[in-house]
Amino acid sequence: MSEAKASIDHETVSQVGDLAGQNYKYGFVSDIDSDKAAIGLNEDTIRFISAKKEEPQWLLDWRLDAYERWLTMTDPTWAHVDYPQIDYQALSYYSAPKSMADGPKSLDEVDPELLRTYEKLGIPLIEQEMLAGVRKVAVDAVFDSVSVGTTFRDELAKSGVIFCSFSEAVREHPELVRKYLGSVVPKSDNYFAALNSAVFSDGSFVYIPPGVNCPMELSTYFRINEANTGQFERTLVIADRGARVSYLEGCTAPMRDENQLHAAVVELVALEDADIKYSTVQNWYPGDADGKGGIYNFVTKRGDCREARARISWTQVETGSAVTWKYPSCILRGDDSVGEFYSIAISNNLQQVDSGTKMLHLGKNTSSRIISKGIAAGRSSNVYRGQVNVHAKAEGARNFTQCDSLLIGDKCAAHTVPYIETKNPTSTLEHEATTSKISDEQMFYCRQRGLEAEEAVALIVNGFCREVLQNLPMEFAVEAQKLVGISLEGSVG
Amino acid sequence: MTSFMKINNLRANVGDTEILKGFSLEMGAGEVHAIMGPNGSGKSTLSYVLSGREGYEVTGGDVEFDGKNLIEMTPEERAHAGMFLAFQYPLEIPGVTNMTFLKTALNAVRRGRGEEELDAASFLRFVREKAKDLGVQDDMLRRQLNVGFSGGEKKRNEILQMAVLEPKFAILDETDSGLDIDALKTVSEGVNKLRSPDRSVLVITHYQRLLDYIKPDFVHVMANGKIVESGGPELALELEKKGYASYLEAEVANA
Repeated sequence: MSEAKASIDHETVSQVGDLAGQNYKYGFVSDIDSDKAAIGLNEDTIRFISAKKEEPQWLLDWRLDAYERWLTMTDPTWAHVDYPQIDYQALSYYSAPKSMADGPKSLDEVDPELLRTYEKLGIPLIEQEMLAGVRKVAVDAVFDSVSVGTTFRDELAKSGVIFCSFSEAVREHPELVRKYLGSVVPKSDNYFAALNSAVFSDGSFVYIPPGVNCPMELSTYFRINEANTGQFERTLVIADRGARVSYLEGCTAPMRDENQLHAAVVELVALEDADIKYSTVQNWYPGDADGKGGIYNFVTKRGDCREARARISWTQVETGSAVTWKYPSCILRGDDSVGEFYSIAISNNLQQVDSGTKMLHLGKNTSSRIISKGIAAGRSSNVYRGQVNVHAKAEGARNFTQCDSLLIGDKCAAHTVPYIETKNPTSTLEHEATTSKISDEQMFYCRQRGLEAEEAVALIVNGFCREVLQNLPMEFAVEAQKLVGISLEGSVG
Repeated sequence: MTSFMKINNLRANVGDTEILKGFSLEMGAGEVHAIMGPNGSGKSTLSYVLSGREGYEVTGGDVEFDGKNLIEMTPEERAHAGMFLAFQYPLEIPGVTNMTFLKTALNAVRRGRGEEELDAASFLRFVREKAKDLGVQDDMLRRQLNVGFSGGEKKRNEILQMAVLEPKFAILDETDSGLDIDALKTVSEGVNKLRSPDRSVLVITHYQRLLDYIKPDFVHVMANGKIVESGGPELALELEKKGYASYLEAEVANA
């Protein structure tokens, strides 16, 4: 094992040790003057958002069409989650820091209070050289409904990479947006995707030109600050033929007593021989120990391996949110294309997670791999829901699925709900599932060696998640490991 | 010599059953004591009570450990104070490498002692040296903790942990169980290398065989929850011939 890895593990446990009862360190609220849409949702709200963003008519029409469809739809009820009916007329659908009204021309013009907010979150919005040997990371920061800054744009532009806010992409690259928007997740795909299509505010846009290996990690940090405001970001990543990109998103929100809605859509398009690696470290506020407050995270993420030998890999570390409803999926359309899903989903206290993936095999010799690690503690509920679907023409399709659940304590629940369907007899599908508990013997063994109880849990859980953690970009592995420890704080008595 | 550890009339229950029934023992710094006894005499319970495992309730007596009241301390506090238990059945922790575990444990103990934690590079140097002393290959450090280890490897790994944590007091709980003669030799050699004037060792075993390799200063016979006879190394040889029957009979007669 490398020294770097050893040092990460060490940091994990020391981080957990440092915590004194404060589980969620991103729970502060920034005092920023905001420009908000009136409460409620109707056609005028959508026109307001579209006008604020100076969008072309076609996009407004697209939104209004999505809204029409949304009105005819209902909340999905099949997920194993329980939350009160959301009053969509009680939410605000747009909030932007006032200082952003004219749009900063460069990072130098960004409101210092905003920069301080991101600094507090540990996210550098000032371009800085990283340590030797570590790749540079370009960041797009989305605060409530708008992108407040994107770093390293000029350097990326040199290799032809477009990395900017979604609103900017609409203005600067309308042909690309129009071609790909909604091409992976249609606007009426599901209730939350339709809502997002109607009211989406901002998000990130990435385009990697043919044959280009993106020279740095790209990342977006989402922050919900305003109260009673939904966040509906839209992310679109396109890797043209032979292009490669690794992208990471991180999410945090203040601690508030009321629930907040986050309904995002992420679309990935990988053309021939392209490779997209998409990682998420989701640390939205999970609510307090009694289940009060927290984010409803209802997200549609889908990647399309549109041409031959395309490859899309999802890695997610889900630790936050009160309720999570999320199934990053792959459409394996191109022959020999590959889809991967690596997931760690941790639920503590009264959190509810219903998450998994869908692998849709359409092309010949397509293959997919699913590694899911669910950890349930407290009184939480943790469901893996996965679908592997092989169509009649998908000769030689292969899937390997492994779902492992780890229970901490005896008041939590873990469920595994795999759907496997094949219409082609040449396919090979494997499914393995395990459920285990952290044993008293393991705990005693660790404590006899000097570890505090919570340090021991963090160590054991990090071990359980190893296969997935190793899959994260090195720059973020440290953060993810720490998060695993922190999110399980208080899970052992 | 002042005693390093003083166990005084210790009584302990598991559930409603009393297992330790007035166990007393004094050990000086650097001494090696062996406790021998038949199955069910309370040997393993003794090791768990001393190391603070939950579910073992102390109902009477006390233990003074390096000047501290041991019974009031949590398992990790005991570890920080210098206690080490080499487990009869070492636990597996999948996904956690041996190296990570050793580093986490060492730094936890160092923190507990108010010492600086070791950084990655110093730790690596330190652990490689310890491993080399004990003839442990680098490969074993990279493997997941005890996962897929043979019985011999697990026990050697316990001794490696002991070498890294440098305890003042170590309990070897039936370290010889499940080992073939070669593994037994290797493990014993490891233990002997770790003998030092400031490290006391309590060897718990059924068989005299282990004591051919780890020479104790004192041998005690445990039966029915307490020590029934104490002597020098020759007592172990005697036991090997006589067996435990006479002690058990005596206990029954006294009951």
